[in-house]
Amino acid sequence: MSDPLDALRHATRARVALGRAGDAMPTGHLLTLRQAHAAARDAVHDPLDAPALAQEIEGALGVEVRCVQSAAPDRSRYLQRPDQGRRLAEGSDLPHGEHDLVVVVGDGLSPLAIHRHAVPMLREMLARLEGWRVAPVVVATQARVALGDEIATAVGARSVLVLIGERPGMSSTDSLGAYFTYDARRGRRDSERNCLSNIRPPYGVDYAPAADTLAMLMAEARRLKLSGTALKADPALVAAPEEPS
Amino acid sequence: MTRRTTLSGHTYEFADLKALLAAATPERSGDALAGVAAASEQERVAAQWLLADLPLATFLEEQVVPYEDDEVTRLIVDTHDAAAFAPVAGMTVGEFREHLLRPETDTTALRDGLTPEMAAATSKLMRVQDLVSVARRTPVVTAFRSTIGRPGTLATRLQPNDPTDDPLGVSAAIVDGLLHGCGDAVIGINPATDSPQRTIDLLGLIDDVRQRYEIPTQSCVLAHVTTTLQILERGAPVDLVFQSIAGTEAANDGFGVTLDLLREAHEGALALGRGTVGTQCMYFETGQGSALSANAHHGVDQQTLEARAYAVARAFDPLLVNTVVGFIGPEYLFDGKQIIRAGLEDHFCGKLLGLPMGVDVCYTNHAEADADDTDVLLTLLGAAGCPFVICVPGGDDVMLHYQSLSFHDALYARQTLGLRPAPEFADWLARMDMITDDGRVRDLPADASSLRALTAGVR
Repeated sequence: MSDPLDALRHATRARVALGRAGDAMPTGHLLTLRQAHAAARDAVHDPLDAPALAQEIEGALGVEVRCVQSAAPDRSRYLQRPDQGRRLAEGSDLPHGEHDLVVVVGDGLSPLAIHRHAVPMLREMLARLEGWRVAPVVVATQARVALGDEIATAVGARSVLVLIGERPGMSSTDSLGAYFTYDARRGRRDSERNCLSNIRPPYGVDYAPAADTLAMLMAEARRLKLSGTALKADPALVAAPEEPS
Repeated sequence: MTRRTTLSGHTYEFADLKALLAAATPERSGDALAGVAAASEQERVAAQWLLADLPLATFLEEQVVPYEDDEVTRLIVDTHDAAAFAPVAGMTVGEFREHLLRPETDTTALRDGLTPEMAAATSKLMRVQDLVSVARRTPVVTAFRSTIGRPGTLATRLQPNDPTDDPLGVSAAIVDGLLHGCGDAVIGINPATDSPQRTIDLLGLIDDVRQRYEIPTQSCVLAHVTTTLQILERGAPVDLVFQSIAGTEAANDGFGVTLDLLREAHEGALALGRGTVGTQCMYFETGQGSALSANAHHGVDQQTLEARAYAVARAFDPLLVNTVVGFIGPEYLFDGKQIIRAGLEDHFCGKLLGLPMGVDVCYTNHAEADADDTDVLLTLLGAAGCPFVICVPGGDDVMLHYQSLSFHDALYARQTLGLRPAPEFADWLARMDMITDDGRVRDLPADASSLRALTAGVR
């Protein structure tokens, strides 16, 4: 006789029909859950090796890279003070120029996502930026999305594209998000950005289609001179969710 | 008005009532983020000494958010029941804490005489055991198709969220919950997409399951209140109107709600008359930090603002209210200790103000918390007589990406603390042969007829 609970197991990725040991979970499921939580915690806390990443980007893509840190001095402060993660550390030194765009690679809540996806995503993205005067890539640690606004002002770029690690879930610890802001400067609201999330092949969006969508959106933003909720070039692109201040 | 006190030779000053309340609040990251937290542990205690000596009546004279600027303050002031307040009108906050702790005090008689700020202030002086023991003696009972909050019961919201609102996935999660004896407070889905049609489809799905198996519970799709209003007009089977609310007008504005809008929706659902054992038909969620997150905190600490949200809730006689205590993230509640304390404060303040106050016992992956912390909070809430908690399959919400309680956790709490499901739901479980006479939810064998019947619906 077939197990009637198989109907549940086949119907969803949710953790249904786990069985019981008394009232509690069987040991295997207990440890499976703990393992998933551990992976998510490690994704948040294992630090981004910024110099190594900078070298990797320079070597693989042949572009100049700068490293900065936010005003949050460590992970604990970063998690408690999102305001500090949105500001550059005092004394940050970025060369000023005249650019249309700066691409920022930020650790966010998942440095793991950056380790896995930043270089291939950058490769696809940079290949689609013909006609843009692009500043050196900036690798930022303890970074929130809005740190990109300050970086854009510092390097003299009109717009900013932030590639950042998203908050890990139990089943997706390495999801990369891309946030584009036209006319970036301090004080921009999240509703003035466009966001593409869940970039993480093979499970989520692949690099090339993500870069296609972003390039299309950015071209449209440049034409209309705006970004955010007012810009809906593609149904896949939604305004960025409001981040707590 | 500046208040000052001297502690160990150091003088501490607090510019106004909200500064005093904020400094007296047990440590939490959100108050530090807002820049209102005590600067030192001793300053916190200095503020608590001052707060203990403050007459309760002060909160009727001095408002933390100005009356003229904020409709929540106006609601609090204009609906205050002076007669209910009279027995405690002469007390200080410290004396009021002691009054609540005395076994002869009827803590349920005070509700309309208390303002949220009074409840919040008192909770700031309390230890965890005070929050537990007073809440336990303050039952709040509500009803629709099931009765929530009776002493000796612990109900559950079954939360069958699915990342794509897939009907099959939702059905599987519902059946899994029912098989674990969960779903007596509500079967409530957070929709992945907030649209009228989606909401109608999901409501229809839950309603079908409920009617097919004659389950005495209520359904809810946690869409925005404006969406629910739209589908009410289209004749959808709305049991409960849901909305997230906060403790200031500006924060509610951020949620896209006003008191008038809530009133309209309440009247709409009430008119449907779908309840069988009661008529309460509103469901609210709250959580410390929501006002700060909307830049609408007016310099008031997050716990006081949370209690103010309960004034909004109680104006609409809700069936269910819950705080989503660990959901908001470590910038508001940093770790397990802060989450546990906040959950108990919210539960205590809600109960004292007359609300059927449940808790989403939960955490996110970037908080310093884990399942041991949720075990502790759940056990304490069970001891405190919490009316209901939220449960998801395996404790892992695959849509909202956070960890809440599992169905197993509800089984544990009921069994260990001797709590039963809502009475009508317990009777249903008995009719389905899913519960033993002594209240244990059976671990059904594969050939059990109820297991066969429930799983047959998932296809």
